[in-house]
Parts: sequence; C-alpha cells; structure tokens
Amino acid sequence: MSASSSKLSASRGLSILPALFRTSVGQKLLTALTGVALVGFIVMHLLGNLTLLAPDAGPFNLYAHKLDSLGPLKILAEVGLVALFGLHILNGILLKLDHKRARPVSYGYAPKSKGGPSYSNASSRNMIVSGSILLFFLILHIVQFRFGPSLSEGYTTLLDGGVEARDLHRLIVETFSNPAMVAIYVGTTLFLGSHVRHGFWSMFQSLGLMKQSRSRALYAAGLVVGLVLAVGFLALPIVLYFRSQGV
Amino acid sequence: MKLNLEIWRQKNPKTQGEFKKYSLDDVSPNMSFLEMLDHLNEKLIRDGIEPVEFDSDCREGICGSCGVIINGQAHGPKVGVATCQLYMRHFEDGATVVVEPWRAKAFPVVKDLVVNRSAYDRIIQAGGYVSTKTGGHPDANAILVPKQDADKAFEYATCIGCGACAAACPNASASLFTAAKISHLSLMPQGQPEKDARVVNMVNQMDMEGFGNCSNIGECSAACPKQIPLEAIASMKSDYIKASLK
Repeated sequence: MSASSSKLSASRGLSILPALFRTSVGQKLLTALTGVALVGFIVMHLLGNLTLLAPDAGPFNLYAHKLDSLGPLKILAEVGLVALFGLHILNGILLKLDHKRARPVSYGYAPKSKGGPSYSNASSRNMIVSGSILLFFLILHIVQFRFGPSLSEGYTTLLDGGVEARDLHRLIVETFSNPAMVAIYVGTTLFLGSHVRHGFWSMFQSLGLMKQSRSRALYAAGLVVGLVLAVGFLALPIVLYFRSQGV
Repeated sequence: MKLNLEIWRQKNPKTQGEFKKYSLDDVSPNMSFLEMLDHLNEKLIRDGIEPVEFDSDCREGICGSCGVIINGQAHGPKVGVATCQLYMRHFEDGATVVVEPWRAKAFPVVKDLVVNRSAYDRIIQAGGYVSTKTGGHPDANAILVPKQDADKAFEYATCIGCGACAAACPNASASLFTAAKISHLSLMPQGQPEKDARVVNMVNQMDMEGFGNCSNIGECSAACPKQIPLEAIASMKSDYIKASLK
C-alpha cells in the first residue's frame, strides 16, 4: 500500500464543506473548532455584560454604543457569528442523525454506564438537548435585544459628551424586572454550563490533544469553565431583578 | 442459585426478535456466564426447545469471540473482563438477568445473541497491518523502540476486537477499536512507512461501515475488557488530521 492510496472518503456532514470536514474525524474537528470560537465569544460577551453591574446605566450603554458604532466591522462580526453558530448547530444535528442511523434497533434494557474511565453523565449524553435549548434561547435573546425596541421606540439616552444612543440598559432592566424572564435566563445558563462542561473536554479529544494522564484534570477543568460561565451569566438577571425590586 | 433469564431470541437476520423468559434453579456460582448459557442450552435441548445461539471460542478472555449485553452493560457488570470471564457469583441469587446481542447497524444480528462483526475485519483489511518483507530473522535490538512507546503500543495491541466498544457507545461508534488498531502500529518504527495511508484508509472504512461518530463520552473504554484508554482515539484523530493536511 502506498501513501497515494490514502484519499479522504468523505461521506457525511455538510456537503458544502471541504472533504476533511465531511469525514467522521473532520466533523468532530469542525465541532471542536467552532466550539472553541463560540466559547471565546461567550467569554467576551460575559465580560462586556459585567458593565451592567455598574451603579448607573452609563458604562453599559457606552459599551453597547461603542459596539454599535463599529459599522462594517460589526456587520462582519455578526456574519461571522451566524456562520459559527450555524456550522456548530447544523453539524451537531447531522452528527445526531448519524448516531440514530448507526443504531436503528435500540437496547431493550436501558444501557447502564460501567463507570471507570467513562464520562457518561447528564451533560455528555444530552448535548443535543442542551444544544437545542441554547438554540431556542439564542433566537429569543436576539429577537429581544438585537431586534428589540430602539431609538425610534423612545429608548434613547445621552452619553457623556451629549451623544444620543440607544438605551439598551433600560430595555434590559425592564426585561429582568419580569420574574418569568429571569427564570428563563437562569434556566438557560444552567444548560450552557452543562453543554460547556462536556464540550470543553470533548474539544481536546476531537483535536487529538488529549493525553490519558491529563484526562481527569481536563474533565474537571471543563466543569469549572462551565460553572464560571453559568454563574457569571445567571448572576446578571438575578442582580438586575433584585435591583428592580429596590433590594 | 436461582436465575430468571430474559434472553433475546431471533431466528435469523430477517425475522423480528423478542425477549423470552427462562428460569434456572441449579446454577453454580462458580460457573462462568457462558457455562451458565451452556447449562441453559442443555435444559432447552432436553425440553425440545432450540438452544440459544451465542459466540464463544477461547473462553479465557483473549479471542474476542464472546460478548453480549447483560443487564444493559457490555460483557456484564464487571470491569476489564470479557463475558467468558464473568462468573455467576457476581449475580444475586434469584436475580433477573437480561441478555441481548450487540446493537449496531454495522453489527447485524445473525441469530439470537450472535452478531456479524465482519465490519471490524474490513477495518483491519483497510490498513491494520505492516507490509514487511519476510526473510532472515533480524537481530534483536536492531531497531530500538523507546520503552514507553513499546508499553503503550502493547496496551493498544491487547484489543481483541470483541465489539464491546461499539456496543456500549451511545452512538454505536467503532472509534476505540479503530484507534487501538491504528495507534499500536503508529507508535512502532515498523508502522511508520504506512502511517498516513493506514489512518486515512482505516477511518474511511470505519465511516463506510455505518458506525456512528465519537462524541467522547468514553463508555467504550469502560466497557472494553482490555481497558484500552481513550487516548487512543485522540491519537488517531491527531494522526488523521495531520495525514489529511499533507
């Protein structure tokens, strides 16, 4: 057998992608790469949103206005995010469909984990569930804030220096004075934590970087990253809710 | 000891199977799981019922022929053993034991508990070997192999190809088997010339056989009677990505 006989035989995944990403290894590589980028985005999003904790609306509205004023860069970032989310989600759905096809007859007796080196847990077995919940949340979140009421609906504020800008802070404060919204956001962050918990470890494995001696430590690190993101995001609506109640 | 068995019975690949209940009341705790099935079959033959078909050969955990799902676990509840090394003393007296075949599209049921595992053979045929000129016996130590590589390669080479990894995987993925077979050769000097072609061809074959994809849950490694570590899969992925970029 010569090296020239090694041609990728791409048979699965998104057909518009290069051959590598349409093989089983490549499909997971794509999930890992887009996943890393998305976690990077989420971390930046959280850091930016921490300006909501300031005692007045100024810092957050200024931050939002700065992002809004990026012009073509902002559009580029948005297109990039849609592509990243789109690839991660579509690829994930195709993977799930592959799994269903690979076991057309399921076990009569519910499979039980043997423990040991297995990372079979609620997070790892339900990535499609947590992912789907995050997708529905994402749509709600974008409709609420990205396409929510703006200058024309009277959500205006004057930033330092007299610049008129969208009062996104007011919209957020109003949203999180509603306990149902707080509950939806808090609930979703728990699924985000769960998704990242397994995704973090899975990324190392899919990129081929995992070493057995670091396996447990990496899985534990995934839990920490998931928890930090979940706690960071769930703290914001809760703090804003109690503020709206005058606590 | 007494045992209530629920065993998957299926006449042939085309017919629908179903669980049938049998009870045994004279099982010795020192019987292996397969000896218990032999015992059941003797009783079934005496009663004029067709015996339960199952695979077995060496019965000492090295051939990879046996393997069934016992109460939802590949090779039963014990870690690091094949079904033939599982003893009835690991079950409670009067326990209900559900036995079914490996379930995967790539492992079609032949009869009862027997599945066709030729898919694994075809993955090996795609590159799980080294092409060497046979001839004079080379000197020992003519090719030096670092001890840690030799140990790891040996660990991967202990894979007996029983199919428990794909059976236990929630996605029916054959990644652990394929990875063990690729990585044990890619760690050896003799495996280097064909390293890239091997990983690409074997992974392609695995994909073509209709196994699911790996989502890194790790149940394969837990179910593996040889306890092949998950690092094998990471190593296969790293080799595959590098080979495909060349």
